[in-house]
Amino acid sequence: MSNAKEKTKNSFGTKILHGNLLYTLISILVGFVVGAILLQAAGISAGEAYGKLVTGVFGKPKFIVWAIVYASPIILTGLSVAFSFQTGVFNIGAEGQYVVGTLAACIVGVFVKVPAVIHVPLCLIAAALAGGLWSMIVAVLKVKRGINEVLSFIMFNWIAYYLSNYVVNIPAVHKEGGGEATKDILESATMLIRSESLQEVLGSGASYNIFVAVIAAVVIAFILNRTTLGYKLKAVGFNRHAAEYGGINSNREIMTAMSISGALAGMGGACQLMGMGMRISQFSSQESFGFQGITVALIGSTNPIGCIFAGLFYGAMKYGGTKLSLVNAPSEIVDIIMGTIIFFIAIAHVFKRLLLSYAGNKKAKGEGGAK
Amino acid sequence: MFLRNLGLLINATMTYTPPLLLAALGSCFSERSGVVNIGIEGMMTIGAFVGAAMALTCGNPWIAFLVGGLAGALFGLLHAMACVSFQADQTISGTAINFLAPGLAVFLCKAIYDGSSDTPAVDISAKLPKVFDGIFPVGSFWDNVLSNYSVAYLSLVLVAVIWFVFYKTRFGMRLRAVGESPEACDTLGINVYRLRYICVILSGFLAGLGGAYITLATVSQFRPIVIVGQGFMAISAVIFGKFKPQGALLACLLFGFCNGVKVLATSSNVVSPNLISMIPYIVTILALVLFVGTARVPAANGKPFQKAK
Repeated sequence: MSNAKEKTKNSFGTKILHGNLLYTLISILVGFVVGAILLQAAGISAGEAYGKLVTGVFGKPKFIVWAIVYASPIILTGLSVAFSFQTGVFNIGAEGQYVVGTLAACIVGVFVKVPAVIHVPLCLIAAALAGGLWSMIVAVLKVKRGINEVLSFIMFNWIAYYLSNYVVNIPAVHKEGGGEATKDILESATMLIRSESLQEVLGSGASYNIFVAVIAAVVIAFILNRTTLGYKLKAVGFNRHAAEYGGINSNREIMTAMSISGALAGMGGACQLMGMGMRISQFSSQESFGFQGITVALIGSTNPIGCIFAGLFYGAMKYGGTKLSLVNAPSEIVDIIMGTIIFFIAIAHVFKRLLLSYAGNKKAKGEGGAK
Repeated sequence: MFLRNLGLLINATMTYTPPLLLAALGSCFSERSGVVNIGIEGMMTIGAFVGAAMALTCGNPWIAFLVGGLAGALFGLLHAMACVSFQADQTISGTAINFLAPGLAVFLCKAIYDGSSDTPAVDISAKLPKVFDGIFPVGSFWDNVLSNYSVAYLSLVLVAVIWFVFYKTRFGMRLRAVGESPEACDTLGINVYRLRYICVILSGFLAGLGGAYITLATVSQFRPIVIVGQGFMAISAVIFGKFKPQGALLACLLFGFCNGVKVLATSSNVVSPNLISMIPYIVTILALVLFVGTARVPAANGKPFQKAK
């Protein structure tokens, strides 16, 4: 009886030691320690800054809601990058797909007049199609002409950037009465929560865009783990040649994967627009939602469900970071913490090896003692 | 009039090309030795900040330029530690650097300059000197063509030097070999780790110089958006140039030229500046599809190497 208990405890322990979660948590801890050291070195109280970060996110229900609203688009760009990683492609173009997704959703949101039940899904579909198409062009260039996708993704990011600025300034789209932005999307296209009693608790900025992100994550997890398509995609990502030998058309799978990945990033754009932005402003520099997606994918170990939590974490840090100026701490400390976390995730396998060999030694010693 | 415009075009090309070229040459070193370095962007940003800050404190542009390079090299060292010693995923480590280095640059800027994310403007005496300045009448063809910052010429010379190192020296041969088959090099007694460390640190150094060039010559001030995207353009130039220094030069000149066209066309105000701004990127894609085609990536690129025990 006690033996069986010991066994389950042991397997639980080994499971933790072999999984990714423990090392991600260690990396997060290290990130905060490094951030604290820098803050102190710059003569800023780390306790005060981190305190503001925590109260800034958890102080009021509406703060938590804002953090979640911030998180939703990054969860989707994170999913986009994570999905591409699974197939062995590095979607550094999520930024551009995000931008064209926002554009498509904005145009449908401003000009199409239908009831909300149809309007919201219509905008999301438009964004997904735009993002998917944007990424598919890159996929076609890769598959048909052998053009390195990292290169064309970077080019397409910039083309999307200037395309957006161009569209913002078209008179028919431009906001009337000045302001470097488009018209607001129609009320029927927003994802804001309308119920007044709910608004009282959650704040007026509350939107339900998080549900789009969570549903997308669950669907992607299902596709990857439970469908033939997911099996094929992962096989191509694992070993392209072996997959082809097994009868999988790897070119076609790569095009499918990149299109889906682009569609996810595009939906991220729609969620940002319909859940918090309401209009597109002229860019003065890239907004980095795509690059933040890379971070989310990495912290979430490229696991779709992991991306939800990683995205929430990033969203909270990003929202909390906006309040750091209240205690005179530079909000860039958030970037430094995030960078340190990713850096330690990159070398996590070193800790893993160390801990495992330590645990192995201990176990061997224990067994030796029993004999 | 035509000659004047041509002069302006060459001038605009030579303004935009050098920082890109310096970073691209750095990227060549890293990629050819088998280490993917997408951290170039971050290394340029820290170089840009440190360059500006040094110029503001010590007043000597050349020292500032070099220290900017060293700041980039420091992050190169970090990348090398992760990728070479710890066999980390190179893309992940590079992404980390793209958050760490720009974050640190703006953080330090705010800590030093009273919470401002921009540094004060660098005084003209602390800026990198122009050659042939004031010899030709201002605005004349030769003035536009020749009075560029001295580092612009230096970066062109550097291409020849690096070409020589790559193809005519033992070190260059080894670095190319290590990028193709580190295992084979290892059995022949080449120290793969040391070689990759040198190459990745050099890539950070050159990227840092590229960043410092921007704040010490073209923009003469650090701002958070001073680099945005140029590191990635440098990486693109290297892929476009098929991982060769001379290829990277052509790609950077093409980017610089398109940018020059953009500057001139924008001032003429006929077409929307946003549409004109797309030209460099569309031309790149078209050139790839029509002329350049597949770039063969060094075989060991992106793969961590662990020495056999």
